[in-house]
Amino acid sequence: MKKPFDLNADYQPAHFEFTPAFMDKARAAISLYPRGRQKSAVMPLLDLAQRQIAQEGAKATPPYGGWISRAAMDHIAEILDMPKVKVYEVATFYSMYNLAPVGTYLVQVCTTTPCWLCGSAEIVKACEDRLEIGMGETTADGKFTLVEVECLGACVNAPMVQVNDDYYEDLSAGAMTEIIDTLAEGMKPQAGSQKGRKASMALSGPTSLEKQAKKAGVA
Amino acid sequence: MPKITIDNTEIEVETGTSILQAAEQLGIEIPRFCYHDRLSVPANCRMCLVEVEGGPPKPVASCAMACGEGMKVKTDSDMVKKARKGVMEMLLINHPLDCPICDQGGECDLQDQAMGYGFDRSRFHENKRAVPDKDLGPLIKTSMNRCINCTRCVRFAEEIAGTPVLGQFHRGEDAEIGTFIHELVGTELSGNLIDVCPVGALTSKPYAFKARPWELRKTESIDVHDALGSAIRIDARGREVMRILPRLNEDINEEWIDDRTRFSYDGLNKGRLDRPWIRDPDTGKLREASWDEALSYTAHRMEGIQGHEIAALAGDLADVESMVALKDLMTALGSPHLDCRTDGALFDVAERTGYLFNSTIAGIEQADAILLVGTNPRLEGVMVNARIRKAWRDKRVKIGLIGEEADLTYPYKHLGTGSRDLDKISEFFSGAERPLMIVGAGVFARPDGLALHHMMSEMAQKSGAVKEGWNGFNILHRAASRVGALETGFMPGKNGKAFEEIIQGTRNGSVKALYLLGADEFDARSLIGWQTFTIYQGHHGDRGAARADVVLPGAAYSEKDGIYVNTEGRPQMARRASFPPGDAKEDWKILRALSETLGKTLPYDTQAQLRARLFKEWPNLADFGVVHSPSWAAFGEKGKIAEDAFENPVKNFYLANAICRASGTMKACSEAFVQSQSRPYAEAAE
Repeated sequence: MKKPFDLNADYQPAHFEFTPAFMDKARAAISLYPRGRQKSAVMPLLDLAQRQIAQEGAKATPPYGGWISRAAMDHIAEILDMPKVKVYEVATFYSMYNLAPVGTYLVQVCTTTPCWLCGSAEIVKACEDRLEIGMGETTADGKFTLVEVECLGACVNAPMVQVNDDYYEDLSAGAMTEIIDTLAEGMKPQAGSQKGRKASMALSGPTSLEKQAKKAGVA
Repeated sequence: MPKITIDNTEIEVETGTSILQAAEQLGIEIPRFCYHDRLSVPANCRMCLVEVEGGPPKPVASCAMACGEGMKVKTDSDMVKKARKGVMEMLLINHPLDCPICDQGGECDLQDQAMGYGFDRSRFHENKRAVPDKDLGPLIKTSMNRCINCTRCVRFAEEIAGTPVLGQFHRGEDAEIGTFIHELVGTELSGNLIDVCPVGALTSKPYAFKARPWELRKTESIDVHDALGSAIRIDARGREVMRILPRLNEDINEEWIDDRTRFSYDGLNKGRLDRPWIRDPDTGKLREASWDEALSYTAHRMEGIQGHEIAALAGDLADVESMVALKDLMTALGSPHLDCRTDGALFDVAERTGYLFNSTIAGIEQADAILLVGTNPRLEGVMVNARIRKAWRDKRVKIGLIGEEADLTYPYKHLGTGSRDLDKISEFFSGAERPLMIVGAGVFARPDGLALHHMMSEMAQKSGAVKEGWNGFNILHRAASRVGALETGFMPGKNGKAFEEIIQGTRNGSVKALYLLGADEFDARSLIGWQTFTIYQGHHGDRGAARADVVLPGAAYSEKDGIYVNTEGRPQMARRASFPPGDAKEDWKILRALSETLGKTLPYDTQAQLRARLFKEWPNLADFGVVHSPSWAAFGEKGKIAEDAFENPVKNFYLANAICRASGTMKACSEAFVQSQSRPYAEAAE
């Protein structure tokens, strides 16, 4: 579980405003919807707020990852001319919105049945050993937050974790430790399957639709 | 117009009718939790499942499925029963089943429907979820474990009340209802959340653990806290009023009431006058007295005072019978100095159309342009405001305001602040088929009231608010007694003094005796001259009693059968739910007794005789619940109009009359919502 929303926490900023660059993106998102239906843009705007905070957090010491403060939600409600409470509803519904500060890298380990059958318990242990934190905790340097999540829909390449925007699949304990090492050094590990699998194809190559696979250059 | 068969009965319904509504028309009851006739349809409780033959091979939520031509619906097939039982079992998984200690027990939808669809044991062995309770203010008690997430409260707050502060947060097992940022639900309609909640999650805080529904004696009555006369049900146990609930009246309050109506009842038991009091002329203190003593003392003090030196004022909560009795007594004594407008308002009452809410409250929905003049209907007539909001919600009707700006729960155009902006009415109404103007009665509480009244009459005619088949000129009164008093002529007679002149008279000695019939809405203590002999008749030891030389204890609206005429001119009967405390008596009886002591015995011995006298002179009043619409005629007097801004007369919604001021609940509301200044509609406390 991620840290829950806390209205009175001292980390809640009093003020939030989109930077001009993000405001442009917000306007682009709003323009996708008909006039008068601008509140449909609440989800992209929440995401933009989270990304803006992540950008600011990357430069801070200690660094932090993207999250959405109350001030940000209120700001979005104002932009979209909708009741604040409706923004809170959306923000609390979706698990990809963080309502409390997280580390720069949000490591979300899937432990739902298929991943668990393929050894997610070892992945969890590898993370905990490498980061020296438990589930739901953040490392002292503010770089990593470790959480357990339900199915992320990549069961075919189980076990898997999601770190910020990327999926890392076909993991082993070793591969997991390596990914964290790479991230800790500030570099970006190769996303996707860690065993060289193409998309969700069988490891040994295509077992059906062989012609098409060849044509697409993945076999 | 699709034809549909429900349980082998055919029915033709309007296009867009849901299966649930069609079944209701046939008298077939379909269980439901989230569906409410006056709210949007989320279809999330799944209790109203039915089977549609030839439709999808699964149960269908009847509240959200529109009737289609030739549909064959079964509401009690085995499939339906199994589905509903499954839903009920799911709902009860996390429900605490604490009915024995739940205030909703005995009138709970979940309890009732569990009798029909519940299983007699639980198959759920895990822990039930626990949800923290929320603080929603001094009126609503929460027990969120009981919540089944139907979201009726969320939809009510957003759609009807227009104050979207409630929401459903998180999801799945963690889903919970709340305000998220620990706000109070600061709407004057918040009590209705208790009624819409189908379980015991939202219950009444003042009523908590007080009574069970089956112990209560239920009396159907009407409300007197504003001039609308909302339909209410008074639940009493013994002499004590335990709670007040709304009753359906499509013409006025639909099925809602405001918080003042619902929660001020504890004021009926506090600060009551339960015996007569006489002010000792030597010490200046009130002392207890018997009825005989009080009446003969009054007669003794009235000796030698001429008829034209006596005046009478009727307060905001007086019933028509007692006002007519007082008027008859004053006429017998030879006094023309009567007034009911204790706010000092001046308007012409020669034409009924000049002081009534002519379009009727339900008529607001027909209007295509609404202009508010010098009124904040959210504070002066909550149900009128709810209607305006409804008109805005359904049709996005154009709304304008001349007067003080306030949060009215719907957007409006602010045209101006005072009388000099009245000429913008025509422009605002141009192009409207049925323009409607609502003028707050408080507008006329200024010296140029009569001229202003005349100007309004002209503006209404000129702007098209009044035309063939449509009368959109409305006065919104605030006092329950007012229109009844105007109808029966509780007004200055020939050469009679109006309110301000009576007050002047007490100071210059021309008014030697003053009779206050529940008149508490002005500062009697500082305004009434010291030498005037003042009699106060009423039910609360409030402002009037504080000044009086003789206090005669009367009955509150819940303790007498009395006629009240609402702002539309609709006479209605308030019924007795309990008896007045101690020696207090019904008001007309007090006047009848006093008239005998004064040697001017009123010619009626029973209330029936008094009513017969009343109906003979004003036959309209005998038609309870009916509005006799007057025809249009010009009113008011031409005169010079000052350019002052209109002021909203309601300073504190929760402390508007003697009953509210005695009520602890209303005081708590005033502190939480008005004095904290955090509510947009709240103004500084009095």
